[in-house]
Amino acid sequence: MGSASSMLTQYDIEEVQEHCNHLFTQQEIVSLYKRFCQLDRNAKGFISADEFLSVPEFAMNPLSQRLLKMVDGLNFKDFVAFLSAFSAKATVPQKIEIIFKVYDSDCNGKVTFNDLNEVLHDLTGSFMSEKQRKEVLSQLLHEAGYTKESSLLLHDFIKIMEHSGLKMEVEIPED
Amino acid sequence: MNKLNTSSSELDLDRPNIEDYLPSGSIQEPHGTLRLRDLLDISPTLTEAAGAIVDDSFTRCFKSNPPEPWNWNIYLFPLWCLGVVVRYGLLFPSRVLVLTIGWIIFLSCYFPVHFLLKGHDKLRKKLERGLVELICSFFVGSWTGVVKYHGPRPSIRPKQIFVANHTSMIDFIVLEQMTAFAVIMQKHPGWVGLLQSTILESLGCIWFNRSESKDREIVARKLREHVHGADNNPLLVFPEGTCVNNHYTVMFKKGAFELGCTVCPIAIKYNKIFVDAFWNSRKQSFTTHLLQLMTSWAVVCDVWYLEPQNLKPGETPIEFAERVRDIISVRAGLKKVPWDGYLKYSRPSPKHRERKQQSFAESVLRRLEER
Repeated sequence: MGSASSMLTQYDIEEVQEHCNHLFTQQEIVSLYKRFCQLDRNAKGFISADEFLSVPEFAMNPLSQRLLKMVDGLNFKDFVAFLSAFSAKATVPQKIEIIFKVYDSDCNGKVTFNDLNEVLHDLTGSFMSEKQRKEVLSQLLHEAGYTKESSLLLHDFIKIMEHSGLKMEVEIPED
Repeated sequence: MNKLNTSSSELDLDRPNIEDYLPSGSIQEPHGTLRLRDLLDISPTLTEAAGAIVDDSFTRCFKSNPPEPWNWNIYLFPLWCLGVVVRYGLLFPSRVLVLTIGWIIFLSCYFPVHFLLKGHDKLRKKLERGLVELICSFFVGSWTGVVKYHGPRPSIRPKQIFVANHTSMIDFIVLEQMTAFAVIMQKHPGWVGLLQSTILESLGCIWFNRSESKDREIVARKLREHVHGADNNPLLVFPEGTCVNNHYTVMFKKGAFELGCTVCPIAIKYNKIFVDAFWNSRKQSFTTHLLQLMTSWAVVCDVWYLEPQNLKPGETPIEFAERVRDIISVRAGLKKVPWDGYLKYSRPSPKHRERKQQSFAESVLRRLEER
């Protein structure tokens, strides 16, 4: 399946399904493959950052740079695994886990105050000052029982967001 | 909806609010006291990004949708093979012959007319128009074009401009065989560029260069001059600015709609029964595209000349452009998308991201104050 073929065999589909913990149906994987081939212009086997950014809706997103680091250069199997967190079948902890990964840009399993600040900066741009951002974060962290020096781990994230009615789903078109 | 304080750069005034069209159901106004989980919860933004990765309306506009293959079983496949032999062995050579004859006739009449009748401009122009219409008919014949024209034929009057949806450069040829329009086009390299600078120049065509931003003012001025001239050929504009796959329309640029003259919409819809006429300039050169058309059975399309429209009182040029786009899209059965066609060549303006950032920042600050 790797690089240039544009046909998926049944074995390929099952392999990908295994890799994403059966969070997508086989039909969805076929549709995702069509999309992958559409974005991967010269059939290299992965989608480059430039090709992701050629989707204007993605390029306009405030978190596009962070997400690019996570999806740039992924092959199809990993691409599907990445998107599986957005499947309707994914559990809330699985969704929280991908949110954690977006924050934890150096992938060391800990989200520091600085990481929180940087993501908030991406989301608010120049419309909140550095001082305001740090103040809001400190205040809210304190109220939740953490401090500026605490590093949040995945289970902290799960504890904080578990019952917030997290809805993060994407529909794969049939087409 | 937050109205951004934009600096009035032309690029931004060029389009209405994209947010009005994009699915924004995921961004709901949050309620209640601001908590840590509200800041940590980046799910709306992530959902939008993932949604865009999985499917987006912009890429759909430029996807080639070839017709379904019908040669898939034991009876149809030999028939298809026979068809291939006929198309490549019989039709293609005779079409090339017809086209060559057409070019010979055209060139042998055009240059004498152009140079010898230098003094008699009115007659010269009339003959040149007729000759261009002739060569376009030869082109259309070379793909066995079956074109059905609906509606009153364009008339040569001042203060009017024709706009049409754009699928391929052959749109121009299909329309030109009926009426010798002056068209505004991107200057191309190669043999097309040569044709542009010699023959099309005499029709009064106007060239632009997408990559030069200052170009727009010069072109706007030339448009205005042309349209107000009494015996210039009627001007044809493709406001989308790029080729779209004939299932969607992208946003119309307002240039043609702010000249203070009547806009006559033309809708073109190709029937994909024998070949898909969409010129996917990312995938093939124009020559390859033409060859593909010349080796297919026929190019079938419908052209509708629609009712001329004028700027309504209180309507801005952008609203006018959108209204005309609506008329054309409905007639040709195309879906509208809120994207600027030029995003094919460049990244979106940072203003869109800033709008989202401003909206989020204001929401956080407001909820902070409410505590």
